Amino acid sequence: MSALAGLVRKETRHLLRDRQTLAILLLLPLVSVLLFGFAVRTDVRAIPVAIVDPSPDAASRALAAQVAQSPQFRLRGVVRSEQALERDFRAGTLRQAIVLPEGTARRLARGDRIVIGVITDAADPNTGRVMGGHVAAMLARWEADQVGPSGVPRVTMLTRMRFNPTLESVNLFVPGLIALVLTIVAAMMTAISITREKERGTMELLLASPLRPATVVLGKVTPYVVLGMANALTVLLAARLVFGMPLRGHPGLLLVAALLYVIASLGLGILISTRAETERTAIMAALAGLLLPTLMLSGFIFPLEALPAPLRAVAQVIPARWFLVIVRGVMVKGATLADLHREVAVLATMAIALLGIGIRRLAIRLP
Amino acid sequence: MTGPAIVADGLTRRFGAFTAVDAVSFAVGRGEVFGFLGANGAGKTTAIRMLIGLLPPTAGEATVAGASITSDPEGVRRRIGYMSQRFSLYDDLTVRENVALFGTIYGLRPAAIDARREILLGRIGLAHARDALVRQLPLGWKQQLALMVALLHEPEVVFLDEPTGGVDPITRRRFWELIYATAASGTTVLVTTHYLDEAEYCDRLSIMVDGRIAAIGTPGEVRATWGAATLDEVFLRLTRPGAAA
Repeated sequence: MSALAGLVRKETRHLLRDRQTLAILLLLPLVSVLLFGFAVRTDVRAIPVAIVDPSPDAASRALAAQVAQSPQFRLRGVVRSEQALERDFRAGTLRQAIVLPEGTARRLARGDRIVIGVITDAADPNTGRVMGGHVAAMLARWEADQVGPSGVPRVTMLTRMRFNPTLESVNLFVPGLIALVLTIVAAMMTAISITREKERGTMELLLASPLRPATVVLGKVTPYVVLGMANALTVLLAARLVFGMPLRGHPGLLLVAALLYVIASLGLGILISTRAETERTAIMAALAGLLLPTLMLSGFIFPLEALPAPLRAVAQVIPARWFLVIVRGVMVKGATLADLHREVAVLATMAIALLGIGIRRLAIRLP
Repeated sequence: MTGPAIVADGLTRRFGAFTAVDAVSFAVGRGEVFGFLGANGAGKTTAIRMLIGLLPPTAGEATVAGASITSDPEGVRRRIGYMSQRFSLYDDLTVRENVALFGTIYGLRPAAIDARREILLGRIGLAHARDALVRQLPLGWKQQLALMVALLHEPEVVFLDEPTGGVDPITRRRFWELIYATAASGTTVLVTTHYLDEAEYCDRLSIMVDGRIAAIGTPGEVRATWGAATLDEVFLRLTRPGAAA
């Protein structure tokens, strides 16, 4: 048996023999899925929106100008046909599209009724609902400008919620919940278990042995990778069986993302443990330093678009922010690796960097 | 291999402006029981951490069991055993599981681990408890077990950092018998202690004061040099100048 296998076995025994903690870790994902039935009201700004305009004229140009000026929207472009937008929708770089009919200005001038389509990315149902409201308000202002306040309404809005037509809130909380559970299991438990070994003096024995630091770390984290993946599957299964959550994309991509996220979290846990002197400090650091940002800044509760600029910048370095985009994309939109390659690349880079830095830090032998 | 088990030459460790260990030089022969004495904060633990390859020295060099602590710390760690100040085995694992873990860490084969385990447990009379969780053992036995685990891979040198802290006099006595048996079998023992009566059991000893070695030799030589009746007196004079007349 190799030294690594010995370490993994030892770590697994620690996990299995602490029955209370193990029970909490296994039940946590299940209980949280069942309890997390609430949705959070959200406000959004700078929604990336495109206008589909088959025949540009004065009226449609006025609409484009109005969109461009509104703080709630960011005009991503005016295109001739809806097909051109499909890719951006899947990748999440486009959240809404306004589809104008042929000859808008002419038909309005004649007094015809027109139908304007509004397509909304409702993968995140709360945001989708709010975005729908913003567009409706803006189209009403535009109509008033075009035909004057007196006349009967001539514009009908036809709304289509993409990806999540029924605005299921299960689609909102499940991806975030996976991130939350994995942060607790992978980051917090690694931080706790390494700090415990430091406190009890056993880490010193391992470091005084011929083991390489990388072997010590791998032996430490392997059981938590397994536990983390089991937790992710629990959340997904419960969401599917109890709430009928869809899985439109490839499950493999989902698991790869979960694995990368677990590795990144483990790295963060190791980093905490190299600083924390006691288990208590490690727990507090994991709560304040990892759990809160994962909740608040990942787009889980508050949409990234709603964050003030400095916080949005901070959010970019949080692994959960990228993980969430991937999970929502795969599950709700059926996105593929081609759609999400940027997010996967960022998450993979973070995972490798964090684990690498963690191992290095632990290798700087503690005085 | 011949030559001394430990050679330290100008070993120095600074933490910022503070010099914890200041140009320490000494040699320990093979099979010797060497006492490493000093008040708290005198630099003992820092010196040991350097000698076992846990902490790189700021200056100087040392060779342990023929391996350099600066160029081959991994080689050092392979050849030594270490028992730290705090009792440190895994108390949620059984005796057998602890032994198996450290056996695999030092690259022993399963059959060799089983054989060594029975010999070592027999030596401390703990063979009947091989499947007990370590947390269920009394402290005195835990500490003897920790020493046996440190000797599992038959190291050339074993470092014991205050191995007898907090155990009763009978167990201390028993522990020193184990130390003698270890040295008799050819393993060099470097031991730190707070108990000066224990220091009398050592073949040779050194007393560290403020990062330097203030006295070194056999217990008799050290007493003679300072004209003192007991090591206790020497220790007090060195660590609290003016306290003893």
